[in-house]
Amino acid sequence: MKMDILKHKLVPHHEILKEEEVEKLLKTYGIKKEQLPKILIDDPVAKAINAKEGDVIKIVRKSPTAGVSVAYRVVTKEII
Amino acid sequence: MITTSKKEIDKIVFGLLSPEKIRKMSATRIITPDTYDEDGFPIEMGLMDTRLGVIEPGLRCKTCGQRVKDCPGHFGHIELAMPVIHVGFAKTIYAILKSTCRGCGKLLLDEKQLEKLRKLYKKAVERGENTSYFVKEVVKLASKVTHCPYCGREKLPIEYDKPTTYREAGHKMTPSEVREWLEKVSEEVGDDLRLLDINPEVARPEWMVLTVLPVPPVTTRPSITLETGERSEDDLTHKLVDIIRINQRLQENRDAGAPQLIVEDLWELLQYHVTTYFDNQTSGIPPARHRSGRALKTLAQRLKGKEGRFRSNLSGKRVNFSSRTVISPDPNISINEVGVPIVVARELTVPIRVTPYNLEEMKELVRRGPNPKPPAGVVYIPGVNYVIRPDGRRIKVTEENAENVAERLEAGAIVERQLQDGDIVLFNRQPSLHRMSMMAHRVKVLPYKTFRLNLAVCPPYNADFDGDEMNLHVLQTEESRAEAEILMKVQEHILSPRFGGAIIGAIHDHISGCFLLTYKQREFSKDDAIRILAAAGYRGEVKEKMSGKEIFSKILPEGINLEYKAKACVGCATCVKEKCPYDAYVIIKDGELLHGVIDEKSIGAFKGVIIEYITRKFGNDAARDFIDRVTKLGIAAIMVIGFTTGIDDEDIPEEAKLQINEQLEKAKRKIQELIKAYEEGELEQIPGRSLEETLEMEIMRVTGRARDQTGEIASKHLGMDNSAVIMARSGARGSMLNLSQMAGCVGQQAVRGERIHRGYRNRTLPHFKKGDLGAEAKGFVSSSYKKGLTPTEYFFHSMGGREGLVDTAVRTSRSGYMQRRLVNALENVKLEDNGTVRTTTGEIIQFVYGEDGVDPMRSVRGKAVDVDMIIREVKNE
Repeated sequence: MKMDILKHKLVPHHEILKEEEVEKLLKTYGIKKEQLPKILIDDPVAKAINAKEGDVIKIVRKSPTAGVSVAYRVVTKEII
Repeated sequence: MITTSKKEIDKIVFGLLSPEKIRKMSATRIITPDTYDEDGFPIEMGLMDTRLGVIEPGLRCKTCGQRVKDCPGHFGHIELAMPVIHVGFAKTIYAILKSTCRGCGKLLLDEKQLEKLRKLYKKAVERGENTSYFVKEVVKLASKVTHCPYCGREKLPIEYDKPTTYREAGHKMTPSEVREWLEKVSEEVGDDLRLLDINPEVARPEWMVLTVLPVPPVTTRPSITLETGERSEDDLTHKLVDIIRINQRLQENRDAGAPQLIVEDLWELLQYHVTTYFDNQTSGIPPARHRSGRALKTLAQRLKGKEGRFRSNLSGKRVNFSSRTVISPDPNISINEVGVPIVVARELTVPIRVTPYNLEEMKELVRRGPNPKPPAGVVYIPGVNYVIRPDGRRIKVTEENAENVAERLEAGAIVERQLQDGDIVLFNRQPSLHRMSMMAHRVKVLPYKTFRLNLAVCPPYNADFDGDEMNLHVLQTEESRAEAEILMKVQEHILSPRFGGAIIGAIHDHISGCFLLTYKQREFSKDDAIRILAAAGYRGEVKEKMSGKEIFSKILPEGINLEYKAKACVGCATCVKEKCPYDAYVIIKDGELLHGVIDEKSIGAFKGVIIEYITRKFGNDAARDFIDRVTKLGIAAIMVIGFTTGIDDEDIPEEAKLQINEQLEKAKRKIQELIKAYEEGELEQIPGRSLEETLEMEIMRVTGRARDQTGEIASKHLGMDNSAVIMARSGARGSMLNLSQMAGCVGQQAVRGERIHRGYRNRTLPHFKKGDLGAEAKGFVSSSYKKGLTPTEYFFHSMGGREGLVDTAVRTSRSGYMQRRLVNALENVKLEDNGTVRTTTGEIIQFVYGEDGVDPMRSVRGKAVDVDMIIREVKNE
């Protein structure tokens, strides 16, 4: 039996951003993709949602101070 | 003016010195281990050769012809008879030996693997990522290879013995062999050396095995002449002497054709000396010692650690225009001010540019000289110590030349004026743990020899006056003064970014004073009321009879509305608000204190609700004014009312003592019962605990309750007419626990959270029976501090006290190191205008600062807005 880790209560919501959404995001922050925080391609959640290298993942967490906080991560491979 | 062309550093490249380069930059070869001849002159080609620079005044450097101050010193060199490994690169050499072929010197990777790594490397460089971990990967891949893919030679296992020995299949390699191998590697591997984190443009692997040793200039290792005329050499010189001696012997023995064994021994000795010359704390070998037994301070020791070159001389520096002295309190100056002694003010200066507009004024200032006599009725006027002429010449102003210098003063010069009232300076107390440890103050020149500060700023500096010293820095530019004025003044730091509340506020007697003034309905005669209010700076009408609350209201800003529970609140089940029997429900309406007592919660540092509210509503100026006034008001009130405390504050009536004894007896009996139950096996075990643990826990509970109960009995007999109780209840100083320990009973002493149990075999002290589990035998102190402790109680109390002491010592050092690590990790992280938190390269750490984007300093105790307060305000309108 394989568990769906996305349903675990400690795993926040992850979703892969669409191409145009990524562009918009990079434009609002005025950055290049490499300047986003990173997530490894073999991260369990990245694997579960089928992320590919270069994808940007949107993570929506519950936060004790802000209610909801949104973060973005770019999927990367380890160099070696 | 000295003009220099502008030079910008584009990049820094670190590389290795080649033997040729070492010889080329050398001023002379060093061959003799001797330093000076009988006449005290440096020996030629010795370690103190004058071609390496000069350290004695009068002598001229033979290389550059300059004297002590101007000659920077020059390197020399030693030709090593046999090559030796450089310890600093021992690990790099090991990595190279492991990943290359001894036969052909090529990397033990096939073309496919190499190509892949090269591509990844290129990508990493493009992305600006760290490439140093490619080494690990290369070594990992190469270690799987059994035969060289190019020449087919078998790869033998390489071992490394710390610090400088390499073995191939158990056979020891000499540094010469290692060097030959590395030479082959630099020939064959070429640009792929980058994969091993070596830049072949500036470093060839064989240079990591030394054949020539650079000798640093004498200026880096000056000898000191003692009063007796004896010369004492620097540790580095000592070490170099050792190296030259052994090098000489090695050469002689080798040239004379001595047995291999002797040559090898000497070679190893040379390796030892060169190793310790670089780093005398190399693991695996004993440190080289001075004749006295002290370990030598060699190159690595000069750089490493807290006292090393980096942390001590480059990251931290001693500065001019600063001063340090003992601090003492002055309740009469504002929190924004600092009292500076006259002697200090005469020494510290502020540079003032002379312009056509202030020329006359400056002339007058210079004319006063460095030590002007103040006119009658004034204690101090500033003078001038130096004038810097437009051509850059610095002229010391003396009483004799003052007139002359003043006459010749012209626009464009800079006058270094002594401190005067109102100058802005930085004031600091170590340890500087938060930004409030260094704040800007305005100077107030005062007599005597200590820095004076207002008592309300003690909490942010964590200062007291038991001998504390503080530092003062005078700002030297307009920009810094403006910045300090706007960002660093004390009044800008009343609210702490630590918790979004007031950190500056009243302490000790200020609180006692305000408490006494405002507690219940104390009445004051017109005389007393005037006395108190005048001290607080109030100017206006005073009624015939005034209550304390009315007096306090006079210094509250108009239109202030607040409602909260005071520190004195005991936390009743249902709050009766304004009818509070303890007067602990504070209501301030339109600047009038209607109900409640003013205590720590209202005006205290760290708590001060009123201070916090004023700062937020009326601004820093109003808050500063309020703090200045409320502290003075408190002091005036406590002086009018009168206040004292002594040991008799802990006097309790005979019947109370009997009650306390009774309680203690009861507790002891209860403990005996527990022990009996335990011994008879009737004690009910707590789940998850052993029987012994259960017993201990039960006993701890009984002793804890016994202390609380005795405290209650004692405090029942200590009313609000008792000074110690007033201090504890108002939060000025001390707690009710302190009082009950003084009057009632000190209670159970504990080490590591357990009753005291160690000492002799099966007992804590020989005064008790073996296996005694009773209260007294395990550290229960039933006496009070006032009554005095029995010898055994005193001993147990000391045990508990010692643990506390050790704990604090350990905690400070640990948290200090933790903070250092944190600061080093976060020092480059910056909050950008758009609310993102980024590194210097623009990488995003947080999309919104702290997830909620709230600045803790502008928050209400951590929250962005105080909803309750807003609702109350809207309703009141």
